[in-house]
Amino acid sequence: MIGAAGRRGDDIRSDAFIEIEPRSTGGLDLAVRSRVDAYYGESIRTQARARLATLGVEHARVSIEDQGALPFVLDARIETAVRRAGLGDGRDGAPARTVPLPAPSSRDRLRRSRLYLPGNEPKFLVNAGLYRPDGVILDLEDSVHHDEKDAARIVVRNALRAVDFLGAERMVRINQLPAGLEDLQVLAPERPDVILVPKVESPQVIAAVDRILDEMLADDARPVWILPILESALGIERAFDIATASPRVVALTLGVEDYAADLGVSRSSDGLESDYARRRLVNAARAAGVPPIDSVYGQADDLDGLREWGERSRALGFVGMGCIHPRQIPVIHDAFAPTAAEIERALGIVRAYESALAEGKGVVSLGSKMIDPPVLRQAQVLVAQARRAGRLHGSEPPRGGA
Amino acid sequence: MSATKLVMNAVGRRVPTRVNGREAPPFQGIGAYEPTGAKHGPSIRSCRAYPRNGDKRVGSLEEAFERCGLRDGMVISTHHHLRNGDRVALGALETAGRMGARDLLWFPSASFPCHEPVIDLMERGIVHHIEGSLNGPLGEYCSRGGMRGLGVLRSHGGRWQAIQDGEVKIDIAVIAAPSADPFGNADGSHGPSACGSLGFALADSMYAEHVIVVTDHLVPFPCVPWQIQGNHVDHVVVVDSIGDPSKIVSGTTQITRSPDRLLIAESVATLLRDTGILREGFSFQAGAGGIALSFVAYLREMMRERGIRARFVRGGSTKVLVELLRDGLCDYILDGQTFDLDGVRSIASDPRHVSTSPLTSYNYHGKGNFASLVDAVVLGATEVDLQFNANVVTHSDGRLLHGIGGWQNCLDAGCTILAVPSFRDRIPVIVDEVTTITGPGACIDVVATERGIAIHPRREDLLAALRGSDLPIRPIEEIQREVEAICGGKPQRPRLLDRPVAVVKWVDGTVLDTVFQIAP
Repeated sequence: MIGAAGRRGDDIRSDAFIEIEPRSTGGLDLAVRSRVDAYYGESIRTQARARLATLGVEHARVSIEDQGALPFVLDARIETAVRRAGLGDGRDGAPARTVPLPAPSSRDRLRRSRLYLPGNEPKFLVNAGLYRPDGVILDLEDSVHHDEKDAARIVVRNALRAVDFLGAERMVRINQLPAGLEDLQVLAPERPDVILVPKVESPQVIAAVDRILDEMLADDARPVWILPILESALGIERAFDIATASPRVVALTLGVEDYAADLGVSRSSDGLESDYARRRLVNAARAAGVPPIDSVYGQADDLDGLREWGERSRALGFVGMGCIHPRQIPVIHDAFAPTAAEIERALGIVRAYESALAEGKGVVSLGSKMIDPPVLRQAQVLVAQARRAGRLHGSEPPRGGA
Repeated sequence: MSATKLVMNAVGRRVPTRVNGREAPPFQGIGAYEPTGAKHGPSIRSCRAYPRNGDKRVGSLEEAFERCGLRDGMVISTHHHLRNGDRVALGALETAGRMGARDLLWFPSASFPCHEPVIDLMERGIVHHIEGSLNGPLGEYCSRGGMRGLGVLRSHGGRWQAIQDGEVKIDIAVIAAPSADPFGNADGSHGPSACGSLGFALADSMYAEHVIVVTDHLVPFPCVPWQIQGNHVDHVVVVDSIGDPSKIVSGTTQITRSPDRLLIAESVATLLRDTGILREGFSFQAGAGGIALSFVAYLREMMRERGIRARFVRGGSTKVLVELLRDGLCDYILDGQTFDLDGVRSIASDPRHVSTSPLTSYNYHGKGNFASLVDAVVLGATEVDLQFNANVVTHSDGRLLHGIGGWQNCLDAGCTILAVPSFRDRIPVIVDEVTTITGPGACIDVVATERGIAIHPRREDLLAALRGSDLPIRPIEEIQREVEAICGGKPQRPRLLDRPVAVVKWVDGTVLDTVFQIAP
């Protein structure tokens, strides 16, 4: 069986096409054609031989057509071809980690923007962190063709070992269960920060993912969070139960594309068809004690439309949304940032609290108005958000708070 | 070329002291070379030899060549304002070949992929060699050692210098003109093959022994504005078509959607803002590449926000520059070449959109140049090294990639910025040592990549101004290390033979570097 993986053609960039034909004798017959042969030809040959050795491939015809694939991509394509050729069983193909595991992610970190990255498109991965999204989603689901799921899994696994996402939260969107189980097997050990579970319609699915993570990561205190995506009428109806199905659930989000299809309506620019679902999701998420995050805005070129959508989304109670293009990130960060007036007001409340504390008063008041604990708490959260978003200018942020 | 003697020049590169049979002084440092003597001039002519009715038309290019006394070994010059749509340059060389001429030196202001058939003319002995930009197939041919003479790469300004020095004596200039009158006055901004400015042909018209204007749009005298003055012109030839308009200018130049390039463009605009270069009455120059265009778009927003107006902008003009002019964000476009239809329409109709030439902007023998009055320039490069030396003429594997254009001349600006991705297709852009030095690091101030911005340590003023800026200012070595980690180590060095195939001239005519033949 000949195993082939990757992509070829003159318009392909930063990828490689590998073909492997197993043989019983004769050693390795390795042919390399590379766009970057003058620069990395020797390195490619050395790397290919090492990778094949790791996977136990001793006799085979191997051809590599390289269009400037980075080393982690080349490793992934070779491994995929080897496995598709029926070789490498029982061998761990994961390359050594070249980027240290970043600090663990906290439950309450900023999640204003999450940038979708198709898992089988290596060229988009390496620079994703440069656009400063709060999170990157290495996607194994809708952006990956059915026949390429195995390839994407390996690319994503290698990326989690080789790519520095520069502080962005590393999220992986697995496939719907049961197919997603295989994704978890390969990727949970890479310690992504968040697992996105798509098309969730029942709390049992989240409980199942939670259980698997518990089993696989029992010996590790590092958190791996779950972000359920609700994409159907039924999912929305069960939003609260889903949000409370596991202590790993860190937020709740929805996919309006599939949701509209489930309702049998087409999508509109103002999102009328998902209006109820979005409000319902906000309420359910907050009832369950987690923040709600909005879907994506599909017109990458319409930044004004995006800003409007984001501002309305924030007014509804969402804390962030997904991005399909890096250009959307700064606009979303702006749209979800507290306004100057909100920050000013919150600062006033927090300052009043601090001076009350200093004076040993039991009651916090601003002017003649008494401040209730929930209002104080909200102000503290907002000040903390503003500080993390770099929006506290001119005034020394008070310590303490959320 | 056998036993070419190579000496070490002031940037430590081995260069030949004779190029195509002429003395060629090695590079001595920025502004160090002081030429003496008188400028070259063509033979004296008098009006008595030209028709009193001003009609200089002849029936064909053959006839014009015949009257010019075409013979073997002549220097034929052309301009590149018709870019990849040009039909005149190749047509002229083929015509000369049909007439039996051999060993011609082709002296274009630049060459394009449409000129690939010149390889065949070289193979057949009609063209001896090319002194001008060598890219694509022509670059490949030269890199493999196919050309009989040395390629000589000059900047647009360096081409003027070479002409005025008499280093290249043009025998016949063939000037494609989108419109012309029978007297030979010619203009580039009107007619079916309009290309905007004709500035690159100006020196040829003034210094060539013979000047032929070729047009597909004859207008009655006077052709206004006369970018080329008919007083320099010997003959006018009318043809059906001088070029393919769809390839002369692009319809509309598109701003890049590549997020990496947008990131670089935005950070360069921010750099101008944070250093204070962006101020009332400032000036800048940027090309027509994707990064340069989106840089202008970001800068425009910053200018609007702060109510800042530029006094002038140097083109390559494009739609974004034209919009800047139209919206009152700059007073003048000083245009060296016109890249898209919006630019062509604007230069033809707006008196604030002015045609310039390398004489106004770039010439080492000029009494000053516009280029040094520009506050900031944004340029590209294929490679930059740790000394900030940059390369635009060869790939990192040593193959000739493209010409110098105005790139070297622009390095005279107040702040020179190279806006480049940190790697392309796994090939790092920041290297230990550039393959070919096209611009010495001594005149490059900023290297802006998507992974950080390196400022030449010499520019303490910029570094001080950027203290407190949010921009990722990093040492160039640090960016290089990061990129090498991503790309899998340092790239291999190119395999080159010790045989020169071309030289790179500095703006003053000295030899800055040598391009060696690539290994087969």
